[in-house]
Amino acid sequence: MIVAEQKTLDEIKTLLGDGRRVLVVGCGTCVTVCFAGGEREAGVLACSLRMACQLDGHAREITDVTVQRQCEWEFLDAAADQIKDADVVLSIGCGVGVQAIAERFPNTWVVPGLDTKFMGLPTEQGIWAERCAACGECLLGVTGGVCPIARCSKSLLNGPCGGSEGGHCEINPDVPCGWQLIYDRMEKLGKLEVLMDLQPPKNWQKSRDGGPRKIVREDLRLPHEE
Amino acid sequence: MSLGATGSPETNKSGLLAGSNLEKVLRAGHFAVTAELGPPQSADHAAIRNKARHLRDCSDAVNLTDNQTAIVRMSSIASGAILVQEGLEPVIQMVCRDRNRLAMQSDLMGAYALGIRNVLCLTGDHQSFGNHPTAKNVFDLDSIQLVRMVSGMRDQRVFQCGEAMKGPEPRFFVGAGASPFAAPVPFRPYRLAKKVRAGANFIQTQLVYDIEAFEIFMETVRKLGVHEQAYILVGVGPLKSPGMARYMKESVPGILVPDQLIERMNRAGAQWAGRKPEELSKEEKKTRSEAWKAEGIKICIELIQKVRAVEGVAGAHIMAIEWEEAVRPIVDGAGLLPRPNLS
Repeated sequence: MIVAEQKTLDEIKTLLGDGRRVLVVGCGTCVTVCFAGGEREAGVLACSLRMACQLDGHAREITDVTVQRQCEWEFLDAAADQIKDADVVLSIGCGVGVQAIAERFPNTWVVPGLDTKFMGLPTEQGIWAERCAACGECLLGVTGGVCPIARCSKSLLNGPCGGSEGGHCEINPDVPCGWQLIYDRMEKLGKLEVLMDLQPPKNWQKSRDGGPRKIVREDLRLPHEE
Repeated sequence: MSLGATGSPETNKSGLLAGSNLEKVLRAGHFAVTAELGPPQSADHAAIRNKARHLRDCSDAVNLTDNQTAIVRMSSIASGAILVQEGLEPVIQMVCRDRNRLAMQSDLMGAYALGIRNVLCLTGDHQSFGNHPTAKNVFDLDSIQLVRMVSGMRDQRVFQCGEAMKGPEPRFFVGAGASPFAAPVPFRPYRLAKKVRAGANFIQTQLVYDIEAFEIFMETVRKLGVHEQAYILVGVGPLKSPGMARYMKESVPGILVPDQLIERMNRAGAQWAGRKPEELSKEEKKTRSEAWKAEGIKICIELIQKVRAVEGVAGAHIMAIEWEEAVRPIVDGAGLLPRPNLS
């Protein structure tokens, strides 16, 4: 899932600027699951903002709505009237959700209430960790199902650097060494010899470095009307 | 996915890959000595020249670190060019943290054009350690891919993209690092073998203080035949104080300092033991520091003598961090002076 974290109330208030009618828009997918921007968080945030604005003496009318999926235009239409009525929309979807609103409603000012962090999973109650960096060309087949791009601090492809110690990364004892994880798994699976292959330089063109990415599936496209 | 071996490297008319002094010394079968010089955190060329004075005639080549510990310093290539002017032979270090493959290749050609003939390919410390922790890192290539690229530029005369080079190619004696005691320890000899398979001609290791552990590492290295395909220079360094020894043991990944060495450092300062720093006069502190440093140099000399006896070791790389003047007494004490003159 996409994991995000709410911005501070101070930063959000600054982002809202002079907007009087504020609409908080939550999202029912990833950010609901990571407790950052679902229906519950939208309600709580709207309430906190109302209190904060009252204390600041800032007259604002703050309402909230949560759509099932902020990252698809069609789902935004359910809240179209409210969105169009607002002076400023505070999206607490991920960065995709914020942009989906901006694209669907060209005349609406939309600001983010979350910082989108990474693609990951909950490792225990209240803890989420990064797992995929969307590099565009999956290497998990040669690294035992542990991603060196996302989980090695230096995204190394040919084994651990000299900063691996006691299972953790040199940058922080709380960060497991991605290559130690790869090594341990390969050893357990009896596939250590795979790690002896020299991995060639990665084609970063398939990652963000190639520019904004797009997938075209001709088999799924609707017949084009001239 | 495997690149396989790089094939037999192409040598020049004299049978050398790069013709650097370091290559000649190693080829001639001498026990090589390299030292390390940290460029200044300023544009002060005199700082390089001053440090170089301490290393002249007591090392076969001098490593210039590349923004080590992720702290911005004068570039290793510029510092290396100054050493060339001074008549010393540089080994420029190149880390993967700060440059992509375009910048690396253009810098390699530039370094060669400036007279630099040795390069040590390293991963690089993470930027979070240094003075620009909010920087974006690169790691376009890893150190093994960098080794492969530098040797490919020399042996196949191609850029990383596969395009042929039109003019003279940069011909470097290609080095790589090895950290024998970093985790996962059993993988380390194999990672070294990968570096050599990618084209490394010489290896400089992380600091070694634990000879027994190093011998275990070398046993596997020899089993893999790596010592016959690349020259292995063992990293050694003089301890400055018991505190430094403890810090390295406890806080630096991949460095093992046996308690016995820490004890020796303690004993060297036994005269002042049990007294708080504020109870010591400036003069006493200085004398204590001199006593520690003398013991550190003595230990370093013994380490060189011990690693020299290990089969498959071709030289020593002396890392006297911000203490370049220690190099000459170490090399002298180890009986490694004068250095061979092969020019």
